[in-house]
Amino acid sequence: MTRIDAKFAELSAAGKKAFVSYIMAGDPDFDTSLAIVKGLPGAGVDIIELGLPFTDPMADGPTIQLAGQRALAAGMTLDRTLELVADFRKSDDTTPIVLMGYYNPVYNQGVDTFLQKARAAGVDGLIIVDLPPEEDSELCLPAQEAGLNFIRLATPTTDDKRLPTVLQNTSGFVYYVSITGITGSAEADSGDVGPEVARIKAQTDLPVIVGFGINTPEKSRAIAGIADGVVVGSAIVALIGEGRPVAEVLDFVRTLSDGAHSI
Amino acid sequence: MNDLFNSFMSGPDESGRFGIFGGRFVSETLMPLILSLEEEYEKAKTDQSFWDQMDDLWKNYVGRPSPLYHAERLTQHLGGAKIYLKRDELNHTGAHKINNVLGQIILAMRMGKTRIIAETGAGQHGVATATVCAKFGLKCIVYMGAHDVQRQAPNVFRMRLLGAEVIPVTSGRGTLKDAMNDALRDWVTNVRDTFYCIGTVAGPHPYPAMVRDFQSIIGKEAKVQMMEAEGRLPDTLIAAIGGGSNAMGLFFPFLDDKDVNIIGVEAGGKGVNAKMEHCASLTGGRPGVLHGNRTYLLQDDDGQILEGYSISAGLDYPGIGPEHSWLHEVGRAKYVSITDMEALEAFQLSCELEGIIPALEPSHALAHVMKIAPELPADHLICMNMCGRGDKDIFTVAKHLGFDMSDTEGRVAG
Ligand SMILES: Cc1ncc(COP(=O)(O)O)c(C=O)c1O
Repeated sequence: MTRIDAKFAELSAAGKKAFVSYIMAGDPDFDTSLAIVKGLPGAGVDIIELGLPFTDPMADGPTIQLAGQRALAAGMTLDRTLELVADFRKSDDTTPIVLMGYYNPVYNQGVDTFLQKARAAGVDGLIIVDLPPEEDSELCLPAQEAGLNFIRLATPTTDDKRLPTVLQNTSGFVYYVSITGITGSAEADSGDVGPEVARIKAQTDLPVIVGFGINTPEKSRAIAGIADGVVVGSAIVALIGEGRPVAEVLDFVRTLSDGAHSI
Repeated sequence: MNDLFNSFMSGPDESGRFGIFGGRFVSETLMPLILSLEEEYEKAKTDQSFWDQMDDLWKNYVGRPSPLYHAERLTQHLGGAKIYLKRDELNHTGAHKINNVLGQIILAMRMGKTRIIAETGAGQHGVATATVCAKFGLKCIVYMGAHDVQRQAPNVFRMRLLGAEVIPVTSGRGTLKDAMNDALRDWVTNVRDTFYCIGTVAGPHPYPAMVRDFQSIIGKEAKVQMMEAEGRLPDTLIAAIGGGSNAMGLFFPFLDDKDVNIIGVEAGGKGVNAKMEHCASLTGGRPGVLHGNRTYLLQDDDGQILEGYSISAGLDYPGIGPEHSWLHEVGRAKYVSITDMEALEAFQLSCELEGIIPALEPSHALAHVMKIAPELPADHLICMNMCGRGDKDIFTVAKHLGFDMSDTEGRVAG
């Protein structure tokens, strides 16, 4: 049982929905980023997604692209991201951390080395956008073996025939991408998303969390009403990009988490 | 007879791999589409009506077969090997790119797609895509790095004349890699009606194999033409490599002819050294994953992709098609690099001796011919892919040679 499984058991016992936040590790710099991460649980975040900076984030819109560029410019690397996680773990041993990014930096480090380090740092799960089920032997299976959850994205183009393939080696939760598109673009419509979540839940017992296009407390609440939880990324990252103080970023996160938790 | 088990022509396997290279490293949103493209392509491959349509267009619209031309004065000047040029610069739109575009656009129409997107570096693939879309009345959007929009201005205007929308990409350094990122982002967003027409042997499976198959018309023709001219196969094949499509197209039909030497020429920029001011992925990179496939990439210690540099917009890409990475590792082909300066010299030599203004991309191939031909015997046959004409590059070359194009007297500046 990973911290992710434990968290969902706890939420479900309390009858609560999960609020998941995404920020880019090292944005705008290591210290600020660490301060934000440390404040997230207090702002109502149940699961922390940390973006791995990459030069070519093909599934991300301008907001997260720029966040990655800021982090890289400030010297962020995969190893530094793991240091950030380890630092966070010194004071928080329960809030799950999921790394989200692209495969090349992990492949470059070597899958086994990376998994060992990630595990030691206190990482609980991975979302690697450019590793579909067809490439499971690359990282998904070794990660599960190493005791990390491998969280898969399901999308509006994942039809019923393909869904079992996508769900097969998924663990922790299923991340439903509410739109065909990149992060920070179109807005999710809870009317479209409801039936899709039901379609996925018919085929799995895992929690289904919805992300992409959720950017206000109202949306957060609306989507939490039809899924097991919501992810907000670009809207938070945009504030960090504007150089807002840590406290202000966390206040905004609090409004989003209140939205999700008011269900 | 080819021995299937020892053949170099049997790849990729069913997961899209050439050895460890290739694959399908894309987001889930695109995965169903890529699988249906593969299915459609597999059907088309064995459908005679598909190839009949291709043959008709290649002949009557593109002007194929392109000549295999004995470059007599170049041969004399270099004083060694006998040099043949495969004249794909004579194709409609001025490069090999259209060979592949026709195939993909016909597939797109068979799949019922109405909106075509493409990335382009030098603008040749963009022009070819815009051209074929105009011919078939399809909507066309071309992503082009902002830096390339500047250095390839004539092609930008051409695309617009042909009715395409050209979107300058400002992320990164504004070159081919960044254009490809934005094309992929567009595709993820508009996946239901959009077909992504990739311009080289890269991207997720089945693109590398499919583009190779369409470009293989170059090598198939060259083989027949060389037999007619010389009664035997060439000794050495040489082609320039950006992503590697003109090279794969020439090389592929010869892969199992073990006596044929195969040489790919990468862009050495300002020199292949630690400063990474080049685009020689095989000579200066290592395996990684980008744009849907595993291949050799220019990257730093953290696995971040480096920008690369070349005078030639068409070679300015930090990766290379996965099949080349495999051919490199198994040793079937050899890969070398040529600097900007060497390419510029070859560019001028081709103009002066053969009356052919080459694109900067094949100028790299020619520069390598200039290096090796003098040392080879007169009966050594070289076949080089003259894959594009240089009209698009005259502004860049003028700048490097200090020629002021706005000076109507045509004086050399400085
Ligand atoms: C004339 C010409 N040659 C070569 C290339 C490089 O592409 P590839 O290596 O796929 O042939 C380009 C790309 O724009 C080109 O325009």
